Amino acid sequence: MIGIGRLGRLTLIGLPFAWLGLFFLVPLLIVLKISLAQSAIGIPPYTSLFFDDGSGLKIQVSLANFVLLVHDDLYLRAYLGALGNAALATALCLLFGYPIAHAIARAPKAWRHLLLFLVMLPFWTSFLIRVYAWIAILKPNGLLNQLLIATGLITAPLPLLYNAFSVELGLVYSYLPFMILPLYGSLSALDECLIEAAADLGARPVRAFLAVTLPLSLPGIAAGSLLVLIPAVGEFVIPDLLGGADTLMIGKVLWDEFFNNRDWPVASAVAVVLVAALAIPILFAQKFLEQERTA
Amino acid sequence: MTTAVVRARMALLEIVGASKWFGATLAVDDVSLSIECGELFALLGPSGCGKTTLLRMIAGLEIPDSGRILIDGVDITASPPYARPVNMMFQSYALFPHMDVAGNIAFGLRQEGMDRRHIAARVGEVLALVQMSDYGARRPRELSGGQRQRVALARALAKMPRLVLLDEPLAALDRKLRAETRIELIGIQERVGTTFLVVTHDQEEALGMATRIAVMNRGRIVQIGTPAEIYERPGSRFVADFVGEVNLFDGELTTGFNCLALTVAGFDRPIPLPSDTLLPEGAAATLALRPERLQLCRERPGGFAVAATVSSISYFGGASTVHLAAGEGRLLKARLPSADAGCLSRGTAVWASWLPDDGVVITR
Amino acid sequence: MTGRHGVTAWRAGALTLGFGFLYAPIVLLVVYSFNASRLVTVWAGFSTRWYGEFARNEGFRAAALTSLEVAVMAASLALVLGTSAGFSMARFSRFPGRPLFGFALMAPLVVPEVILGLSLLLLFVAGESLIGWPQSRGVMTITIAHATFGACFVSVLVRAQLAGFDRTLEEAALDLGARPWTVLMRITLPGISPALVAGWLLAFTLSLDDLVIASFVTGPSATTLPMAVFSSVRLGVSPEVNALASLFLAVVFVLVSLAFWLMARQERRRPDPSPVPQAPQAGEG
Repeated sequence: MIGIGRLGRLTLIGLPFAWLGLFFLVPLLIVLKISLAQSAIGIPPYTSLFFDDGSGLKIQVSLANFVLLVHDDLYLRAYLGALGNAALATALCLLFGYPIAHAIARAPKAWRHLLLFLVMLPFWTSFLIRVYAWIAILKPNGLLNQLLIATGLITAPLPLLYNAFSVELGLVYSYLPFMILPLYGSLSALDECLIEAAADLGARPVRAFLAVTLPLSLPGIAAGSLLVLIPAVGEFVIPDLLGGADTLMIGKVLWDEFFNNRDWPVASAVAVVLVAALAIPILFAQKFLEQERTA
Repeated sequence: MTTAVVRARMALLEIVGASKWFGATLAVDDVSLSIECGELFALLGPSGCGKTTLLRMIAGLEIPDSGRILIDGVDITASPPYARPVNMMFQSYALFPHMDVAGNIAFGLRQEGMDRRHIAARVGEVLALVQMSDYGARRPRELSGGQRQRVALARALAKMPRLVLLDEPLAALDRKLRAETRIELIGIQERVGTTFLVVTHDQEEALGMATRIAVMNRGRIVQIGTPAEIYERPGSRFVADFVGEVNLFDGELTTGFNCLALTVAGFDRPIPLPSDTLLPEGAAATLALRPERLQLCRERPGGFAVAATVSSISYFGGASTVHLAAGEGRLLKARLPSADAGCLSRGTAVWASWLPDDGVVITR
Repeated sequence: MTGRHGVTAWRAGALTLGFGFLYAPIVLLVVYSFNASRLVTVWAGFSTRWYGEFARNEGFRAAALTSLEVAVMAASLALVLGTSAGFSMARFSRFPGRPLFGFALMAPLVVPEVILGLSLLLLFVAGESLIGWPQSRGVMTITIAHATFGACFVSVLVRAQLAGFDRTLEEAALDLGARPWTVLMRITLPGISPALVAGWLLAFTLSLDDLVIASFVTGPSATTLPMAVFSSVRLGVSPEVNALASLFLAVVFVLVSLAFWLMARQERRRPDPSPVPQAPQAGEG
């Protein structure tokens, strides 16, 4: 804006930049630093980076934690487990979310905002509580099993809880709005005329969808997938509440290392590897979100 | 000279050598202009000619890369927009949606620190001027396009600026409203006495409204004059062609038939030039002839005339434009009252004639 | 058949299933919060007993107040930071460190919460041992954490709304004598008020709802509502939590509907866009 002046610019940019620098970027560096330290008794419960052994300031780093991550296959399994669950959840979100987003995008204009609002509303009501609600539904004597038994479809309760099924259900349930919104954005920006042109040129509805709609909604698909995949990989609450003994996800492992084992350096190492693994998807997500904005 | 006379002679707005680059494009190229107090001045030109950029530089929304802008002799080139005695009526009106009409108009007055009673009085005054007195409490979204325009004008006049800038004021209005609004604008300007600078691409608008016009093309001013001067005496090919319809004859000077004439390709005889032409033999020149100057008749008239065939007639209500094929592959345009054109049809053979002084010689 | 607007069987079906899936647990929670029986499986008649139990529960009450306190402060802080950030990204196309800034604004939106929580806690611990601040973790540290990711959400909303904002309004204000800060306060911010309201409410809700980050950065003195619910739930399903959930839902529903209504009203207030283009692009005219 004309005339806002250097001081004004400095404040407007500098204030949030300094805040985020201090409370987001610096902490990430600290995580890196502590992942190179050793667990110790005391407060804080890790060895410090610098130490003075009488002959000057020295740096002590240890890669022991990373070595542990490589050797103990618990961590590898947890990473892969998290990735697998998250990827499956992303695919399911896409599968279920696409028709919903499409239906909203094609709904009469007056309804669209209301429908979007209804999609977003669960997202704004406690995540924790909604996940917890599924426990009551999926328990052996929970509502779903009761319903199935009552209608005679099954005779014994199905094991619906504390396994991969409930974890996937929980993930899809929680992250579905994150898929629907970018998809809706892409689909609503799609010019109806293009579909009509395809039909005019002889394409049947399925063909028109595959040849026109789907490719043009790819930005939305990409953005939505990243918005689901990345946070889902590090998800903790869902595996903890809905997962069983054999559910191994890295978010839960990190939590356990930190709170139960009190091993901060190992937890930090887990975090560093997780961020490194997610770095490329995160950068992609940033690119897509920027594109969506300027599109 | 006494100071009073000097002050009276000082132009209200003076632009000296202003230029502005946008990346690799030179939008405004060394423009110099001066506008007197009380004028209704028009900047006319096709889109991309730099007129809006020039307007924004006067308003302070763009800073020129070189040159100076002076108001009442004071250099305001580097002044921010809120420090200039200039107000603008935006093409899109730019009315603040979260304020009512009175609030919009009062906004500028509040920035001056005027007290509430004076503000209210002034707001009432300008609303009456644009005949929107009952609309003070309405919101912009409740108004029609024409009403919003009046509010935008009132808002620009409220602070009694030295210069009011109008960016394509009639562009958004339909044809009938355009004519009425044009007359109203002139009336308001005369009543208030403020200097107006109007930017437009519509030559009809410029000719009908302005006391003086500057024609711009590709960032430069090509001609400044009264509407009559611009129309009757275009100084360049561009002006002749851009403002109104015109017949253009390119050729070389020759002497003969006791006057200077132009040998033009496609015509078997040279075309006589106006009596005041002062050009050497052999010089290249262009003759511009307005369509309404052509006379068409079936029999060959005395004096200079060209044989032609009617190729099409465009009917415009009161008048019609007749396109003629003449000479070898040449097209002429004539404008006649429709009653006279009624007897003509495609293929009719006519004689087109005009007086030598009807044309204008252009050397650029 | 070819994709016209309107309701078709397919679309109605998709929407019904989708919304059914999304809302079923919520509806069930609300229904069972009025269940006189402790057991989910048995319906023993209508009762508001659990609401009473919840209200009497000291732990939950204290946690709820803490959560509200944190949420209000964090949302307000997030609003200021996020609006400033969103404005900077939208209006200042070049400044040193812009790519890093953009990354820092976007990354917290996708990075897993455990990482955000862990890293902030480590910062606070390091801070405590190096410079003595923060002395104890609790409400303040949770507020800082929530304000940080809240700001990122607000900046997205603000940036999106600024993209569609008519800049000739700002030019007109400048032209009429307003200084740049006045233009910002009186024209621009009111013009993007839907984003500001929605942003505050979003940051508020996210703060209220956060479990993981709060668990990491809190101290012995502060327990937030999600933390209280989590520890309660781990011990088994408890009906007071149903009552809490329903109350929570009701509050959020009211707030969000309010925000939605305000935004819809703002949309209706806007005049129809004029048929002429807005401020000319550089090089035109």
